[in-house]
Amino acid sequence: MSYYLRAAGLGGALALSLAAAAPAAVESEDPIRMTLHDWTGQLVTTNLMARVLEEAGYNVDLVQADYLAQFAGLKTGDLHVAMEIWETTGREAMDEATADGSVVNLGSTGMEAIEEWWYPAYMKEACPGLPDWQALNDCAEAFATAETAPKGRYLGAPVTWGGFDDERVEALGLDYEVIHAGTDAALFAELESAYQRQAPILLWVYAPHWAPLKYEGEWIEFPPYSAECYNDPSAGLNPDAAHDCGKPRGPIWKVAWSGVADKWPGAAAAIEAFTIDNDTMGGMIARIDLDGEPLDDVVADWMDANEATWKAWIGQ
Amino acid sequence: MTWQPSRAVWMWLVLLAVTLALARWAGPMAVPGWMQIDMAGAVSRFMDWLVNTASFGLFTFKDLTRAIAQAIEWPYQAVRMALVEGWVEGRRSEARTILPPISWIGIIAIVTAMGVYARNWRLGLFVGACFLYLAVFGQWESAMVTLASILIAVPIGIAGGLVLGIAGAVWPAFDRVQTPFLDLMQTVPTFAYLVPILFLFGFGPVSALIATVVYAMPPMVRITTMALKSVPSEIRDFGVMAGCTPRQRLTRVLLPTALPDLMVGVNQVIMLSLNMVIIASMIGAGGLGFDVLNSLRRLDIGRGIEAGLAIVALAIALDRLSQAFATRRPGAAGDGARHMRWWVVLAAFVAATTLLGYVVPALQSYPEAWTVTTRSLWSDLVKWININYYDQLEAVKNVLLLNLLLPFKRFLLALPWPWVLALITLAGWQLGRGRLAALCLALGLFIVVNGLWEPAMTTLYLCGISVMIAALIGLPLGVLAASSERAGRIIGTGIDLLQTLPSFVYLIPVVMLFRVGDFSAMIAIVLYALAPAIRYAAHGLRSVPEEIVEAGAVCGCTRWQILTRIRLPMALPEIMLGLNQTIMLALSMLVITALVGTRDLGQEVYIALTRADTGQGIVAGVSIAAIAIIADRLIAAGARRTRRKLGLEPAHP
Repeated sequence: MSYYLRAAGLGGALALSLAAAAPAAVESEDPIRMTLHDWTGQLVTTNLMARVLEEAGYNVDLVQADYLAQFAGLKTGDLHVAMEIWETTGREAMDEATADGSVVNLGSTGMEAIEEWWYPAYMKEACPGLPDWQALNDCAEAFATAETAPKGRYLGAPVTWGGFDDERVEALGLDYEVIHAGTDAALFAELESAYQRQAPILLWVYAPHWAPLKYEGEWIEFPPYSAECYNDPSAGLNPDAAHDCGKPRGPIWKVAWSGVADKWPGAAAAIEAFTIDNDTMGGMIARIDLDGEPLDDVVADWMDANEATWKAWIGQ
Repeated sequence: MTWQPSRAVWMWLVLLAVTLALARWAGPMAVPGWMQIDMAGAVSRFMDWLVNTASFGLFTFKDLTRAIAQAIEWPYQAVRMALVEGWVEGRRSEARTILPPISWIGIIAIVTAMGVYARNWRLGLFVGACFLYLAVFGQWESAMVTLASILIAVPIGIAGGLVLGIAGAVWPAFDRVQTPFLDLMQTVPTFAYLVPILFLFGFGPVSALIATVVYAMPPMVRITTMALKSVPSEIRDFGVMAGCTPRQRLTRVLLPTALPDLMVGVNQVIMLSLNMVIIASMIGAGGLGFDVLNSLRRLDIGRGIEAGLAIVALAIALDRLSQAFATRRPGAAGDGARHMRWWVVLAAFVAATTLLGYVVPALQSYPEAWTVTTRSLWSDLVKWININYYDQLEAVKNVLLLNLLLPFKRFLLALPWPWVLALITLAGWQLGRGRLAALCLALGLFIVVNGLWEPAMTTLYLCGISVMIAALIGLPLGVLAASSERAGRIIGTGIDLLQTLPSFVYLIPVVMLFRVGDFSAMIAIVLYALAPAIRYAAHGLRSVPEEIVEAGAVCGCTRWQILTRIRLPMALPEIMLGLNQTIMLALSMLVITALVGTRDLGQEVYIALTRADTGQGIVAGVSIAAIAIIADRLIAAGARRTRRKLGLEPAHP
C-alpha cells in the first residue's frame, strides 16, 4: 500500500500510475519510469508502450520531463525510458548521452521525422513557382511584412531547436529574414491566424503533427540534404558555405537507461520491438487534437484493433 | 510657482545630450576579452560537484535532497488521495476503489463553512460559488490537483517564512545576511533555478512544489521580521515584566500581537503560489496549469481561457478566505461550544455525501452532462477579431513599431557600455552617495563580465517601453479609480482579474493578432504590469491629507488645478513606488515573453532551461535580478528624497 502511495501520481495529472500487483511473472516489480513531453504524438507513443508493458505485467510510471533536460535523469537511472528522440532535434543530446554507455539507443520507432519550411496551399496563387525553393526570391515581397520589407518573413522554430535556418538563408542567398518563435504554440498560433485570413505565411512545420493534417499546404523543396552539405562548405550549390541544402529527415529513436536491459530484460525487448508508422500516428494525433477525443480512448482503440501486433512485442 | 532647474537637472540635460551624440556617432563597444569571466561554467561545475560528489560522510548531498523530496511527497500523495484519486487498489482495468475522494458537494460545503467561520454567510456563499463554478465548468478534477499542491506548498512556505523571519528579527546579523538572498529569490526568474532543482529533487511534482516554495516564501520572511520588530515596546516590556522566558515572550506575546500582519504574509504566499501554477506544470505539477498549457499548445483557446479563469476563481476564493481569516475577530460565528454541533453536522454531511458516492455517482463527481462550456465562444471571438480587424490592428502596430520601438532599441544597443555604466553609477551617487553608486557599478559590471550586455540592453528596451506605456495607461486609470468609489471597485476587479489570470492564456491570442515578436511581448508585459501602476496611483491620490485639498479649494483652485497642483505632486512618492512595482512585474514577465521569441535576458534563461545548462541559467537570471535591483534601489532612493522634500518624512542623514 505504502508503495502504491508513493507511485501514484508521480508525474502529475497525466502521470497515470499503472503500478499494481502484476499478474504475470516479470523480472522486477519496480516501476519503469517513462517520460512524457509536451507534444501529442509523444504522449500517444508513450501511453501505447506503457499499456503494452502493463499487459505484460510490468509496473509503469509516467513522468513529465523536459525533452532535453531528461537526459540528465536517463543517465543516472532516475528516468528509464524516453520513447521519442527525433533525429532532427535530439541527435546531439542523444549522442552525448550514449557516448559513455549510460544511455542506450533501442532503435527506431518506425516513424520518420520531417521538418522543413512550409506554406499554405493558397500561397501558390501568389507564388506559382512553389514548392521549388528557387521561386522563394521571386515572391519575397508576397511574404514580406512592414518590419522585414523588402525581404520576406520566415517564421522559424524556437532558437533551441536548431535547424540552421539563419545559415541556410545566408548560404542560398535568400531574401528572407528569419524570425524565431519562442515556442511551438506561438508558431502555430500565427499559422492559425494567417490561415483564418488566408494571409501570406511561410514557416517551419514538422510532422508527425496535427498542423499538416489540419491545414492544407506543402513543404518547400530545397536541394536534398546530405551530411557533406552540412559539414563541408565546398559541397553543394554554394562553394563557400555549408547548410546550402534542405533539412535532414530521419527516424524518431527510442532510448533507455542502460540498466533497463538488466533489470527488465523482457520490457527492454518489447520496447525494442515497438514500431508504428507515420500515417497511423497522424490519424491518432488528429483524433486527439482536432476532434478533441480523450487520449486514453484513442490509445485503447488502437490496442483493441491491433492485438496481434502488440502481443508479438511481448512474446505472447 | 516657477520652476528653477537646479544644477543637477542641468547636469543631466548635458549628459542626455552627450548620450544621444554617442549613440549617433560612437556606436556600441565590444567588451575586451580579458574582462570576460566564465562564471556560468563555474556555476555549472559547482552544480556537478554538488549533485555527484558532495558528501557529508555518511550520506551525500543528493541523498539529503532526495530524502527531503520523499518527506514532501508523502503528505502530497495523501492530500491528492483525499481530493482527487481516492484510495484505489489495482490497475486501470480492474481498479477497485476502497475509499473514494471527498465528494465535490462535500468540498463545497467545507469551503462554505470556512467562509462563514471566517466572516459571515455572504463570504461563505461567495467562496462556495467560486468552487461551484469549478464544477459547473468541468474543471473540478484539475482544480483539485492544483489545490492539493497549494495545500502542501503554502504551509511549507509559511513555516519556512516564519522560522527565517523570526531568526531575522532575533539576530539582526542574520537578517543582514539573508536580505540579499531574499532579493535574489524574488527577482531571479524561476526558470533559472528549475534545472538545479530538478537535478537535486528528481523529476516530478515535488520539484514543482519546491520551486513554488522558493518563489512564494520571501514575502513571508520579510513580513514576519518586520511585524515582530514593530511590536510596540510597551508590549515587549510587559512580557519581560510578567516574567516570560524568551520562548514564552515569542510564542505568547510577540507572535499573537503580530498575527494580523503575519496573516497578510500568508495571503501573499497563497497568491504567489497560484502565480506559479503554470510554470510548475511545465515540470510535472499537473492540474489547471497543465490544462492551460496543453490547450494552448493545440490552439484550443476556449479551453485555455476556461482553465485560466478556473485559476482566477480558485485564487479569488482563497484570497478572500485568507483575508477574512486575517481580520477575523474572536467571538465571530463558529466559536464556542454552542457551535460545536454545526461542525459535527458538517463532518457528517461530508462523510455522507462521500460514502453515498458509492451508490450515486453524481454525488461523487460532478456529472459531465451538467457541465457548461463557453469554449467555442472564446475561439470564435478571437477569430472574428482576427478576420475583421486584423488590418487595423496591424496598422497601429506598424506605426508604433517603426516609430517608437525599433528606434529606441537601436538607440540603446548603440550606446557604448562604459558610458552606460558611468551614468548609472552617477545616478547612484546623486541619490544615495557611495554605497548606492558602488552597488550600481558592481551589478552593472556583473552583466558586462558575463558577456550579456546586448541581451541586457534588449531587456532594458523592452521593459522600458512597456513600463512607459503601462504608466501612461495606469496613471489616468488610477486618477479615475480614486475619483469615485464605484469606478474604484470596477477598476479594482479588472486589476484582480489581470493579475491572477495566467499570462500564457492571453499570450497566444495576442500572438494571433500581432504576430510573433517584440510587439506581442510588449502587450503581454503591459497587461501584466499595469496593476501596480493603477493601484499605487489611486492609493496615493486617496491618501493626500484632506486639509491640504481643502486649503486649495479655499484658495479658489479649480478641480483640474487641485488635481495637477496638489493631489498629483503630493501623491508622487506613492506613484513612484507603483512605478517601481511595475518595473519588477515587467521584468518577471520576461521569461514568459521569451516564449514568443524575444531576444533578451529572458530568452537566455529560457534557452538555458531547455538545454539544462545550470550555469547559463543562473548567470542570466541574476543579470535580470541585477537590473531589477538597480532600478529598485534608485527609485526607492528617489522616492525617499521626494517625500522629504514634500515634508512627508523627517529629513535625516
